[in-house]
Amino acid sequence: MAGATGVTANIANAFVLAPTPLADWLVVAPLIICLSAGGILIMLRKYIGQHASIALVALALVIAADSLLLWRVLETGPVVMTMGRWLPPFGITFAADLLGVLFALTAAIVAFFGALFAKFDVENTEVQYGFYAFLMMMMAGISGAFLTGDIFNLYVWFEVLLISSFGLLVLGSRYEQLDGAIRYAFLNLIATAIFLATTGYLYGVFGTLNMADISRKAEGLRESAPIMTLAALYFFAFAMKAAAFPLNFWLPASYHTPRSVVSALFAGLLTKVGIYALIRTGFTLFPNELHSYSGAFAIVAALTMLMGALGALAQNDVRKIMAFLVISGIGVMLMGLSLGQPLGLAATIFYALHSMVAMTAIFVLVGLMHRRMGTPHLSEAGGLYEASPLLAAIGLVLILTVAGLPPFSGLWPKVMLVKAGLDVGAFGLVAVLLISAFITSMALARVFLLAFWRPVPNGAHLPVQERSHQSFAMIALIGLTAPLVIFGLYPEPIVQVSLRAAEWLQNPQPYVDAVFPPVGTAVTP
Amino acid sequence: METLLAVLVGFYMCASLYLMLSKHTIRLILGIALLSNGVNLLIFTAGRLTPGVPAFVPFDGIVPQDVVANALPQALILTAIVIGFSFFAFLLVLIYRAYQDLGTDNSVEMMLAEPESAVPPKGY
Repeated sequence: MAGATGVTANIANAFVLAPTPLADWLVVAPLIICLSAGGILIMLRKYIGQHASIALVALALVIAADSLLLWRVLETGPVVMTMGRWLPPFGITFAADLLGVLFALTAAIVAFFGALFAKFDVENTEVQYGFYAFLMMMMAGISGAFLTGDIFNLYVWFEVLLISSFGLLVLGSRYEQLDGAIRYAFLNLIATAIFLATTGYLYGVFGTLNMADISRKAEGLRESAPIMTLAALYFFAFAMKAAAFPLNFWLPASYHTPRSVVSALFAGLLTKVGIYALIRTGFTLFPNELHSYSGAFAIVAALTMLMGALGALAQNDVRKIMAFLVISGIGVMLMGLSLGQPLGLAATIFYALHSMVAMTAIFVLVGLMHRRMGTPHLSEAGGLYEASPLLAAIGLVLILTVAGLPPFSGLWPKVMLVKAGLDVGAFGLVAVLLISAFITSMALARVFLLAFWRPVPNGAHLPVQERSHQSFAMIALIGLTAPLVIFGLYPEPIVQVSLRAAEWLQNPQPYVDAVFPPVGTAVTP
Repeated sequence: METLLAVLVGFYMCASLYLMLSKHTIRLILGIALLSNGVNLLIFTAGRLTPGVPAFVPFDGIVPQDVVANALPQALILTAIVIGFSFFAFLLVLIYRAYQDLGTDNSVEMMLAEPESAVPPKGY
């Protein structure tokens, strides 16, 4: 194939000539399902009765696709697919490794129960304005962020989930929602602008955006290029996304304003995307730089844990208490990153998975409490135990879970962290972890004491409340609580899989090899 | 040329930072718009400038002749412009709605989501 210039080109150098095997499509299946469901929901915006069912079916399919992907990743290692059959790094690569798939699967499960709770929580007018469509688009953004292998593509998925989250946040347009949305939108946009600028610098230095490509080129450029600066800018941007102290102010300003189901999904999922991006850039792209910055990470982790716990203690609004506990949990995850050893990283992964489910569950609980009491304020709360013993029982379980007390799943990642911290001699961090866990237990015990145990302050009883789809809410709450109890009593599978994910992250070679098959081995047919 | 553009990016960033320090949401949003444009210019500059060179393969050829301009930064910027523009549109509507409903564009007076007087009960 000679061109006018007489130069021959070998197409095989740029393209995968064999058709993509059907199984590789699994990597993009969660995205395809979410995006198509979002589109269908927008087209069917007049038929609001069907929205919940469509979203639930789509999310069940996403769970199935993620589960198959997890099984495949556990069997064969990272699953890679490059768009348009280009060879990496020319096309946009999707690369699912254990970390990404675990996060994507947990997110899909959480979103499924969130959609179930939405049937109870969201008004018909808000469904008409596209609640479920926004939810599916947000899930597309979240799944994309967890599964992509290209740093610019990660930015695009961040923006997809961000714009959908704006839509969810302002749905209902109450005054405090507008105020919360402004704070949330501006601070998140600044973070993504920094992320994008850093990606520009990164491209200027590396000439590639493929994460596996960057990972293998970083070693050679470490002496000559400002990689420390790049890493610092990425860590800053993602710490802001994850709401680490002192970049956390957008979170307690906005998370209590929308519908409880929206708060629940945000609390469970969005900050964890920031944590995921921190782990991904920290371990796959810049492991040495992460190690150099571990001191800074330790300080930020300690302050985030303490600030979150103390902030929770000072609030009157139950939703804000939980928002501060989200921040405190981010501190726990950062501590695992700062310790720089496999056990700490595994604890971070376990805690992130636990926190996705637990935070969503507790915001669902708070939503039900709010509905039942008619107020989110502790000063006026009371009488819930008398009104609904079942809710009180689940509430106690969730409060113990989030406080990290046995026998529920919040305990084990903290045990792993304490062990990892003591192993490397980070006694200060371990002390802060235990103190913040103690303050968290206090803040949550106050919620239980004031809202559940004490009678209604003015001596009345809570009115009997009948709202349609009450059973959906209870199913969602129980569905989210069940894994926390099960994996609290039997944590071994999650511990093992987190340790394995941590091991894969500490040695990125298999990930790189999956994207760029080493010379001499045949490209997978 | 790169130096000149780098300085220009710096000016964009300074101006946007200055605007974003304001309390008024209209200045905040102008700051965000300048910031995203500054970042776009940054990507353009970081992708190296090759003036006067096409970014495509000749019609009857299969590989490019001599030097080609790098088309990737332009593709990245195109994506970023589209995203940035949609965010700008959303924010503009959001702050206008907030201005109509709350009667102010001063973000300090807007503190509805975080009222001052929320003290939790001191005892049981």
